[in-house]
Amino acid sequence: MANKILLEVVTPDKLLLSKEVDVVVATSVEGEFAVLAGHVPFLTSLAVGELKLKDGNATDYAAINGGFAEITGQKFTVLAESAELAREIDVDRARKARERAEQRLAKSTSEQINYARAEAALKRAMLRMKVAERTRAA
Amino acid sequence: MASLRDIQTKIAGVKKTRQITRAMNMVSAAKLRGVQEKTERFRPYAAKFAEVLGSLSQGVDPGIHPLLAQPDKVEKVALILFTADRGLCGSFNMNLINAGLRFAKEQTAAGKQVQFYLVGRKARDFFKRRPDLDVKEALTGVMNVVDFDLAVQVARMGLNAFLGGEVQEVYYLYSNFRSMARLVPTVVKLLPIAPEAVAGEAAKTGGQEYMTEPSAEQILVDLLPRYVNVRIYSGLLETATSEQAARMSAMDNATRNCKDMIENLTLLYNKARQAAITTELMDIVGGAEALKG
Repeated sequence: MANKILLEVVTPDKLLLSKEVDVVVATSVEGEFAVLAGHVPFLTSLAVGELKLKDGNATDYAAINGGFAEITGQKFTVLAESAELAREIDVDRARKARERAEQRLAKSTSEQINYARAEAALKRAMLRMKVAERTRAA
Repeated sequence: MASLRDIQTKIAGVKKTRQITRAMNMVSAAKLRGVQEKTERFRPYAAKFAEVLGSLSQGVDPGIHPLLAQPDKVEKVALILFTADRGLCGSFNMNLINAGLRFAKEQTAAGKQVQFYLVGRKARDFFKRRPDLDVKEALTGVMNVVDFDLAVQVARMGLNAFLGGEVQEVYYLYSNFRSMARLVPTVVKLLPIAPEAVAGEAAKTGGQEYMTEPSAEQILVDLLPRYVNVRIYSGLLETATSEQAARMSAMDNATRNCKDMIENLTLLYNKARQAAITTELMDIVGGAEALKG
């Protein structure tokens, strides 16, 4: 596999990642999908989910808090309003965020908007913890 | 004429003021660089976003999303007004507020009601004294650190008002940073999203053909609210840049005025000193003459 694909993760705050990798596995709203170099131009919405990038034997993870991905033959661009690399995730903070979200969820069943928001926060926190644990295990 | 001591005290005071204004100038310069860096880092995201949005929205029916729906009749409009939290930046805040009032007047003349959403303490303080104007929400103490979360928060105010049917159009007023000396308060329509504007983005990029999943319409539905965030964020960044630029030049002016004042006062002091010496001499000479008899 000589062909590599350039993965770029762009957030409003910075260019989080720009790296040539062999395979990218992302989570779209319809499920996980993997992309190799030479993929047809493709555009999809990303769900709150993990991004896995394989380069040789090394595998890295990032947490994407929703956004979308644009894929051209040689480039995989992720546009996310926020994203974190696995090794940069603060597990304690994520855990606290999860607890907060859980409490809010328990309290606010009646109010629709708050419920949805707390649910989204919970999802993000759980994702961050999952992704962080991945790298720890590895 | 003021006494020597008075003038000396005054000079010392002005010198201290100059120290402060000079320090504030430097702080603003540092902050300006910070905001500009942030703007720079945001640019790739904004550019890519516009590109994708443009290529997606070619030939899309405006009926697919409420944010694109053009209202039949506009009775109420919302204005999101950005100002700084702090003063000491010349006429910066007042220019923005005045532009907001002018906008409100025009809209009222056209038979529309205007609701205000304020960002920045200075706007809130001003509108507190104008109970005749309809302020729905005000965010304060936020302009010190402009980040994307703030933009999302601001955008949510606008989206809620629009989607809740409270208003038919949403505008925002920000300070357009043309150059250090040209900060132009600018009103831009935020909602509904004008199809021409989105199509304009497409024309710039040429628009790439994609395979999409889910459908292009679906993705667009997902994208449009984010587009609002992007617009607001760039407006906030420009306003923050302008604020620091305005403060820098205000403080620069103040420092220069201090310098002039110190020069004048020093001149005055020397004149007074000389006058005092002359009087004293005259006294001594007069005394000596008198003794001689």
